[in-house]
Amino acid sequence: MSTTMNPAGATIRPLADIGTMLRRNLRHAQRYPGLSLGALGMPVIMILLFGLIFGDTFSAGLGGGGGRGDYINFLTPGILLMSIASGTMSPAVAVCMDMTEGIVARFRTMAIFRPAVLTGHVLGNVILTIVSLGLVVGFAVLIGFRPNASFGEWLLAAALLIAVTVALTWFAIALGLTSKTPESASNIVLPISLLLPFLSNTFIPLDAMPSGIRWFAEYQPFTPIIDTLRHLLLGTPMDSGDGWLALAWCLAIAVVGYFWAQKSYNKGTVA
Amino acid sequence: MSAAIDVIGLRKSYGEKLVLDGIDLNVAEGTIFSLLGPNGAGKTTVVQILSTLITADAGEIRVAGHDLHKNPEAVRAAIGVTGQFSAVDGLMTGRENLILMADLYHLGKTEARRRADELLEQFDLVEAGKKLAMTYSGGMKRRLDLAMTLVGSPRIIFLDEPTTGLDPRSRHSMWTMIRDLVAGGVTVLLTTQYLDEADELADRIAVLDHGRLVAQGTPEELKRLAPGGHIRLRFTSPDAFSLAAQVLPTAAPNHESLVLQVPNDGSVHSLRDLLARIDDASLEVDELTVHTPDLDDVFFAVTGQPTQSTESTQPVEHEKVTTK
Repeated sequence: MSTTMNPAGATIRPLADIGTMLRRNLRHAQRYPGLSLGALGMPVIMILLFGLIFGDTFSAGLGGGGGRGDYINFLTPGILLMSIASGTMSPAVAVCMDMTEGIVARFRTMAIFRPAVLTGHVLGNVILTIVSLGLVVGFAVLIGFRPNASFGEWLLAAALLIAVTVALTWFAIALGLTSKTPESASNIVLPISLLLPFLSNTFIPLDAMPSGIRWFAEYQPFTPIIDTLRHLLLGTPMDSGDGWLALAWCLAIAVVGYFWAQKSYNKGTVA
Repeated sequence: MSAAIDVIGLRKSYGEKLVLDGIDLNVAEGTIFSLLGPNGAGKTTVVQILSTLITADAGEIRVAGHDLHKNPEAVRAAIGVTGQFSAVDGLMTGRENLILMADLYHLGKTEARRRADELLEQFDLVEAGKKLAMTYSGGMKRRLDLAMTLVGSPRIIFLDEPTTGLDPRSRHSMWTMIRDLVAGGVTVLLTTQYLDEADELADRIAVLDHGRLVAQGTPEELKRLAPGGHIRLRFTSPDAFSLAAQVLPTAAPNHESLVLQVPNDGSVHSLRDLLARIDDASLEVDELTVHTPDLDDVFFAVTGQPTQSTESTQPVEHEKVTTK
């Protein structure tokens, strides 16, 4: 348990406060499961829908004639990212609801570690997302996902997925804080939760896209991240810089999201 | 007695709108201080600034001996706030809400549960403690809210309109709780738009109107500010009446009803003076009544307007708790 003293001798305990806020958020997920169940169920539906129903047809577009199994291998890393992306909606809505209720005003008048409230939301969402990713991998394997990754590659893939989750969650929370109502919070994260996964190489390779969309898909963050995941899990070739590019995107999104969120949270108050 | 809250020259405006225009406050430790004013006077803004929720534009502020600007964390460690709108977590039970607070005060697991149960008992929420706070009635939410404020045993408590919207019984039980707190040595700053509440609870009252303090003092001092404080003397015989009118030249006589209205602030001292003069002149007084103005009179005297009609003429936007 880390403890720091501020000049007045008031004790601030970051880890204890973050833990308390995390427990609060997990309890909310348990009491109001609609939001989190939706976030858990959607990616599973996507993997089943695209893998089982569209898989045979879409596999033709990959070339190589590998059939449905090849397409499910191609699809799964993208769906993993999609689970992360669609999961960002619930923390965005949750922080917005928090801010519109009096409880956060109370927290802000208490001597607690300032970033604890938001960090609790982020950690809560990371835990839910890990569950969601586990479900997607489980269902993917059931319908024919056959990764050939070593243990080390699995670890790297997991680390990358968690890094993406942390980054996107901070960004979504920043967006949620700028929203005045929970409804607008759920809308404002749509570009992250829908646009980025669909306009990437999740479902089809870049070569198969019309040129304008292809240009966007090539330079948006999800594509190098998906390429890196495919490389780690399936041993597919990737551009040499993609791994670093993926990490750089995560870092950039996390830093912008974190500072933007903290700034919105502390706006107008005595920091 | 040292000051729990010391404010000099507090100013705050939202854009063009000046909300607080140079407020000075001094609240002695262990007392109840009431900020009295109509909606839109700036009461909530004062509480939000003193509780570190929003920043002031100017002013020297010390709370619990700490400079609020330089050391907000030390201020936060000393205060508890119950805002106008309930600050309870609706998705948690009453008991869980209290334990959440106890965890944030780092009381430790066993002590947190003990403190939560103690407060549930004290605030008559033992049964309700197992239910989600979102199902509570207004009065129960307010009690839970105050109980949450007390978890960390704060030395200074801010109560923003603690009884607004409560039924008369809940209101009286809230008053009792507030008095008990102060008996335990806590300092309370409460805002209210109810004159009887300030009169009932406060050691000192400051009247806030349009962002300025228009009067400050004990309830009695304030009452004396209002014109119309007088002693009413009624006589049965016209002779006694005319004699009295001569003895008491400042009095306003009413010849038809044989009543004299003697200007008087109602203090024991001035009353004793008056009685001595009546005695000296051997006046036969049939009836003596003391008319002390109530705070409604005071409010009218210092703001030039009655308390009720102000609501429609003043904006209320900044009375809301702004959390963004």
